[in-house]
Amino acid sequence: MSGFDESLLDEVDETVRVRFVVNGRKVACEVAPRETLVDCLRNALELTGTHAGCEMGACGACLVQIDGRAVHSCLMFAVQADGAEINTIEGLTESGVIADLQAEFHRRNALQCGFCTPGMLVNAQELLSQVAEPSREDIRDALSGNCCRCTGYEAIVDAIDAVAKARREAGGTP
Amino acid sequence: MSAPLTSLDRPNSYIGRSVPRPNAKRLLAGRGRYVSDLKLPRMLYAAFLRSPHAHAKIVAIKTDEARALEGVHLVATGEDLAKICTSWTGTLDHFKGMTSTPQWPLPLERVVWAGQAVVAVVAESRAIAEDALERIRVDYEDLPLVVDIDAARRAGGPLINAGSTNNVCFRSQLDSGTVDDAFAHAAHVVEEEFSFGRHTAVTLEPRAIVADYDPSAGMLTVHHATQTPYQFQDLYSRHYGIPEARVRVIATDIGGSFGMKLHVYHEDMAVVGLSILLGRPVKYVADRIESFVSDIHARDHRVRARMALDATGEILAMDVLDLTAIGAFSTYPRTSVVEGNQVIRLMGGPYRFKNYRATLEVLFQNKVQTSQYRAVGHPIACAVTERLVDMAASKVGLDPFAIRARNVIADDSYPQTSPTGYRFEALSHQACLKRLHEMMDYDSLRAEQADLRKRGVYRGIGIATFIEITNPGPAFYGVGGARISSQDGAILSLTPSGEVRCLISVTEQGQGTEAIIGQIVADQLGIAQDHVKVVTGDTEVTPHGGATWACRGAGIGGETALQATRVLKRNILEIAALILQEQPAALDIIDGQVVDAATRQQRLPISEIARIAYFRSDTLPPGTQPQLTVSHHFAPQGYPFAFTNGIQGCSLEVDVETGFIKVLKHFIVEDCGRVINPMLVDEQLRGGIVQGLGAALFEECRYSETGQLMNGSLADYLVPMPMEMPDILIAHVETPTADTELGAKGVGEAGTAAASACVLNAVNDALSPFDATINAIPITPTRVLKALKRF
Repeated sequence: MSGFDESLLDEVDETVRVRFVVNGRKVACEVAPRETLVDCLRNALELTGTHAGCEMGACGACLVQIDGRAVHSCLMFAVQADGAEINTIEGLTESGVIADLQAEFHRRNALQCGFCTPGMLVNAQELLSQVAEPSREDIRDALSGNCCRCTGYEAIVDAIDAVAKARREAGGTP
Repeated sequence: MSAPLTSLDRPNSYIGRSVPRPNAKRLLAGRGRYVSDLKLPRMLYAAFLRSPHAHAKIVAIKTDEARALEGVHLVATGEDLAKICTSWTGTLDHFKGMTSTPQWPLPLERVVWAGQAVVAVVAESRAIAEDALERIRVDYEDLPLVVDIDAARRAGGPLINAGSTNNVCFRSQLDSGTVDDAFAHAAHVVEEEFSFGRHTAVTLEPRAIVADYDPSAGMLTVHHATQTPYQFQDLYSRHYGIPEARVRVIATDIGGSFGMKLHVYHEDMAVVGLSILLGRPVKYVADRIESFVSDIHARDHRVRARMALDATGEILAMDVLDLTAIGAFSTYPRTSVVEGNQVIRLMGGPYRFKNYRATLEVLFQNKVQTSQYRAVGHPIACAVTERLVDMAASKVGLDPFAIRARNVIADDSYPQTSPTGYRFEALSHQACLKRLHEMMDYDSLRAEQADLRKRGVYRGIGIATFIEITNPGPAFYGVGGARISSQDGAILSLTPSGEVRCLISVTEQGQGTEAIIGQIVADQLGIAQDHVKVVTGDTEVTPHGGATWACRGAGIGGETALQATRVLKRNILEIAALILQEQPAALDIIDGQVVDAATRQQRLPISEIARIAYFRSDTLPPGTQPQLTVSHHFAPQGYPFAFTNGIQGCSLEVDVETGFIKVLKHFIVEDCGRVINPMLVDEQLRGGIVQGLGAALFEECRYSETGQLMNGSLADYLVPMPMEMPDILIAHVETPTADTELGAKGVGEAGTAAASACVLNAVNDALSPFDATINAIPITPTRVLKALKRF
């Protein structure tokens, strides 16, 4: 690697100040331009509930809510999320908006190792906010970017199906 | 409301009950504590420079520029680590004649697969470590390489290990001595050559390790995403010369393992060494491409097999040749020949026949190691056997159910010994066959198939009978010299407030070990399950044991917990008897209360017994020493394995224009003995089946001619996603093992064991109108179209 350009390194070292609203609170941090949002959330903000499974948007473990929509935090640089409102599994848990999904997943054992689960929940919440009466086929389709290696998906589909019905009966969300 | 009361209706009766897992809520809240989440004070990060060559000599390594980079703390080569770490060799004594060359954390002279770690960098962040990797120069000299099985066997071809005369790791033969005679007298013979691609586990959390060596205490703490912490405690101790009691391995939440996370990986061993060299915590988490090129792969077999039958369709004999290529080394400490060994021993397992011959040849090649992955050897033995049985059925003119009914070992004829030497205590093939037939509504499924075929829709129905090895005893590894325990241990304490803490050596990877252990303790002691806290996965806290692999969690871990709880209960009742001036035998515990055994009248809460024993021992009779902590170990005896059995069925549709396969529905009837938590058992079965379906239809590690892995990402290596997977119907037959009080056998591999076989049979059934057959796994659209001569 002869002729290494030291100035390139300086550029790598340079950090940028970004600000988000994460789980309802304003936060600011210094990030390198090359740092992905998932790394920023996990390392700088210590929100380790968001996981990195494939780092190319194929597995869904890194899904978070950005401005209300489910987004792969591994496919986004932290600087791109400047000014965004971000909800991670920690925030969604604390606010209670997915408490019914979590309870149903628990009741039906719709998880095993739990590594994919935060992404599954974010995606399930996204689906239920968009489609009030999803069929089982719709649910499977919506989860087609969420990989789980432990379950057979069926209990996950059952749980989301049950929550969709319960929310509908409770008067319809969103 | 008028249903009769069952044993589940008595208080604290948890064995057999579908209760949710206590630790699942934490995972659902994003509060998992995976090793990849861990950050320790002064922690540094490791990254590895990997070989671009599949086989090359290392001529020179230049690291000065990398060392000079700010933020880099250490650049280490193989030589640096070899000074503090002893080498390891992946052989077992009972595999006679087995060879493999010594391995080091990082290579000294040669690289033997593309992706092998060559140089380690430790820096203040993973990003800086990766920047430094780009400043390292390694000069290589290409060596001739071996990529496929044929090349590995070719005389005069390249040799992977200098000094050896061939590329054979291990050869084995089983022979009843009467096979040729049986084939000579057979009315029918069916024969086929099968190939099984390389698969890999793709745990969603990649391998992760944080090694933390404290030189002032001489103490190594390793946070390791592994199934087998005790095994690694032993290995780190012995290879780095640290006393075992000063090595602590902690395995908390593990993001998937499936057998992949119990082998020694070069990077993991290196990270321990890097931490020792630096005296600081060092973390390494594989990224996805690193997982693909360095996690163990599995399968990769070519099997030629034939089966002889009499005129009525009764199986007379099997003759099998299994060739398997395992990479350049055999893994340590479990070796890479176990899969092949199980393939040739599981062949024909469900069936009653006596003449068997099998040859196994295990070969080296320039690829990453293969080794044990969920259902070791089972899918291959099952697919070969079940496909031959289907071919025989068609030749003899029998329905697939009928030929199996004619040949499976009868439910009333146990104990039995297989022609390959396995001993079966009690299996239930006939009951399972009958149950599957009903559950599939087989006759209507066939009628619908015939109807649709007239309209150009090609559906296939496949069934596959299987056996599964569970509860392995010491004969599995111990006899071969590996320090892998077949026993497990539990330490049970009654706390001062009358709850129970259970430290147990079986580990939790999401399958629900902690839940079922809690159920067993609560059930046997007579307390509420939420008054039992189960702790797993920390060698400093939990007693030594085999941990969770090869389906031993429920059968061995569960029995350990059961026996330990009975000892604790006896001790509690002895103290209760002193306090109540009663005989211990006249007392029992129900719902946390000591009761009169005969009348069930409440006498004293056990919290009161704990209070007296811990804080007011002065009120107990002189000489009383309360033993409210018990330590108990259990090692399986009796049968070497607790075999389980079952049968799977599959209904699928093949699009003969595109080659795409849609699995419509999957069925399983499974007998794992005593079911402790039906919900967890069903989820284990479903997960296992989906992993088997992935192997059957999508998953394959594909290599180029130069030994490069071509599909090392989750966009290229296809795993089953929700859209492709069917709903799975499950039924149970329960034949508890008499070897234990609990009667439980394993269940984690049953789903994977027969899923490929089932799909293979179903696809061939769908293609039968075209005179086209498939004999390779995975069954990709290309392979389907080739079989149809449309590609």
